[in-house]
Amino acid sequence: MDWSKTLVKEEIDFTAGESGRKLSYAAAIREALELALTSDERVFIMGQGVDDPAGMFSITTDLHKKYGEERVFDTPLSENALTGVAIGAALAGMRPIYMHNRPDFLLLAMDQIVNHAAKWSYMFGGCIGVPLVIWACVGRGWGGAAQHTQTLQGLFMHVPGLRLVMPTTPYDAKGLLISSIADNNPVIILEHRWLFRQSGHVPEGLYSIPFGRGVVRRLGKDITIVAISYMVVEALNAAQELEKQGIDAEVIDPRTLKPLDEALILDSVRKTGRLIVADTGWKTGGAGAEIATMVAEKGFDYLKAPIKRVASLDIPTPASDILEAKFYVGKADIIAACTALLEKRSGNGKG
Amino acid sequence: MKSTRPIVFDTRIDDIPVRVLSELYLAMLRIQKVELKIDDLYHEDEMKTPVHLCLGEEAIAAGVCLNLGIEDYVFTNHRGHGHYIAKGGDVKAMVAELYNRETGCSRGRGGSMHLVDTSVGLLGSSSIVGGGVPIATGAALASSLKKDRRVSVSFFGDAAVEEGVIYESINFALLKKLPIIYVCENNLYSVYSPLSKRQPHNEIYRRFTGIGIPSYHADGNNVIEVYRTAKEAITRARAGGGPSFIECRTYRLKDHHGTGTGVEVGYRTQQEVAEWAERCPVKNYESFLLERKLLTSGEVERLNTYVNLEVEEAFQFARTSPFPKEDNVTDYLFQ
Ligand SMILES: Cc1ncc(C[n+]2csc(CCOP(=O)(O)OP(=O)(O)O)c2C)c(N)n1
Ligand SMILES: [Mg+2]
Repeated sequence: MDWSKTLVKEEIDFTAGESGRKLSYAAAIREALELALTSDERVFIMGQGVDDPAGMFSITTDLHKKYGEERVFDTPLSENALTGVAIGAALAGMRPIYMHNRPDFLLLAMDQIVNHAAKWSYMFGGCIGVPLVIWACVGRGWGGAAQHTQTLQGLFMHVPGLRLVMPTTPYDAKGLLISSIADNNPVIILEHRWLFRQSGHVPEGLYSIPFGRGVVRRLGKDITIVAISYMVVEALNAAQELEKQGIDAEVIDPRTLKPLDEALILDSVRKTGRLIVADTGWKTGGAGAEIATMVAEKGFDYLKAPIKRVASLDIPTPASDILEAKFYVGKADIIAACTALLEKRSGNGKG
Repeated sequence: MKSTRPIVFDTRIDDIPVRVLSELYLAMLRIQKVELKIDDLYHEDEMKTPVHLCLGEEAIAAGVCLNLGIEDYVFTNHRGHGHYIAKGGDVKAMVAELYNRETGCSRGRGGSMHLVDTSVGLLGSSSIVGGGVPIATGAALASSLKKDRRVSVSFFGDAAVEEGVIYESINFALLKKLPIIYVCENNLYSVYSPLSKRQPHNEIYRRFTGIGIPSYHADGNNVIEVYRTAKEAITRARAGGGPSFIECRTYRLKDHHGTGTGVEVGYRTQQEVAEWAERCPVKNYESFLLERKLLTSGEVERLNTYVNLEVEEAFQFARTSPFPKEDNVTDYLFQ
């Protein structure tokens, strides 16, 4: 099929995903994979356990039976080599999807991802690209601890040549996966395990979502909360509480961090004058830092208060649930950040 | 037809002191009883940590570690309870770690997959498959530089040999003739993926023979065989003869993590699990000791009672220990 056709739609339908059939998060992703496997022979899926009975959080269960063991296959635990293998297959005309149940394991493949996949197009003057999708799902809770819960968007955002996708709804998970498979560049998709609790409206058939187009998940006028991945859920919950306190928060879901929908964020800050960035990752040098800096550079005049980041503590994830609760941020931290910023409003008014 | 063979214990064991023979039993018993207790209580949801039990694999940890001294190093992986216990790690601190307590060996920060007891040469463990192998190699480098005659052991699973880092580590260990033993616990699965789906042939040790490291294979459910094989390798390493590789064929009787058997998931059969349960390394060894009159049934009973008490105590300690304080969440990032 001609993937570009699904990609050209420039108009974004903001009501998309608000009516029609409902699917679970996992089913939405599965449907994207099935559509891709059906419509494009070049697509194949690899990853540890993708053809086992549990099938990557049930996303890939039995796909190997339907599409063949050659196209949906288990991998040895050789993340770096197999990323290279996927890159090579992509260079030679295939469209690999390499799935990992945790982003932590991508760290073993950083050489192939950063030194190779991300650079290939530029290094060879655009002569050849790497149409590769790397998919991984962030874990959280139950003592997953330091090596099974990392959210590495900050690292990937730093690397030129990668697209970085972090969906939050079943609609986006499907559409962005299709866009990622269709794209001629390496795309990292970081899902969040806790988003799998959701189900939502998902249109049938192929549709895509352009990279670099965020959505306003809630309209508001007092403060802008840019929330990344699972933080969108926390931010929406926070906004509900804030409403009771008379604070009207706007919640923006960038959906892709690279490219980033700068215009959407800047427009919102122009309106509200205040910005909070809520991230699932670490604070220092993270995605939140990048977004805050972008606004400081391009929207400084709109700001009525300093920007605040709500992000995980700069430590490895602790195992203990008590410490975990302290490590992770959420609704309460977002509320606290918003009220702190808005207290400045009255302060400023008086001064 | 059965896919498993019975365990064949050596008829000639005069070279192994009776004390060692009963210590092997005691070590396995300890591992087994701790694991069974975890298995028993896990459903209470008080151990908030993903447990990877090593029931069925007790002989490897015991057989290897009984050749080591307290000063030797052991590095383990996500399935590390047995190695920790066999190396002499503090069982109370391990169980407290599973219960996320401040008294845990990693002060509640690590959980089941990150056990440590520096007082007995357990310098840490990695839950990244293969991650601990080069680190163990580095500890062996230190021993070789310091000429302290310590030996390092790196325990890892069959999936770890799919990681390039293993080959890179072994190349270096050979180059520097490092005192390290690479012990591969081939339990035939990686999560739900059988070995045949991940590797072209199943005799892992042969592959390593090819790269020049002395490589052995042992029935991982036969504690005497493991002990003897490890003894040869460790003795040579200590004498400056360089590294060895040992593949121990075994089976985990429990699911990859948690307390099921894996049959309910559908990646293996009840029959397969039952056949391997018959090959239980502890039960079979116990029968062997009794048959050969190396232990009396009274002694077996006493040892069991003793270990039961020890395990009770460890769980009691863990469950009554304090939790970490949330204000201390950023402690220990640096020394
Ligand atoms: C580098 C890396 N990739 C994937 C994983 C996920 N994972 C955790 S344990 C495991 C299975 C490892 O199998 P094996 O090495 O045979 O050890 P076993 O669990 O059988 O003892 C996998 C794939 C991981 N922890 N690290
Ligand atoms: Mg295994």
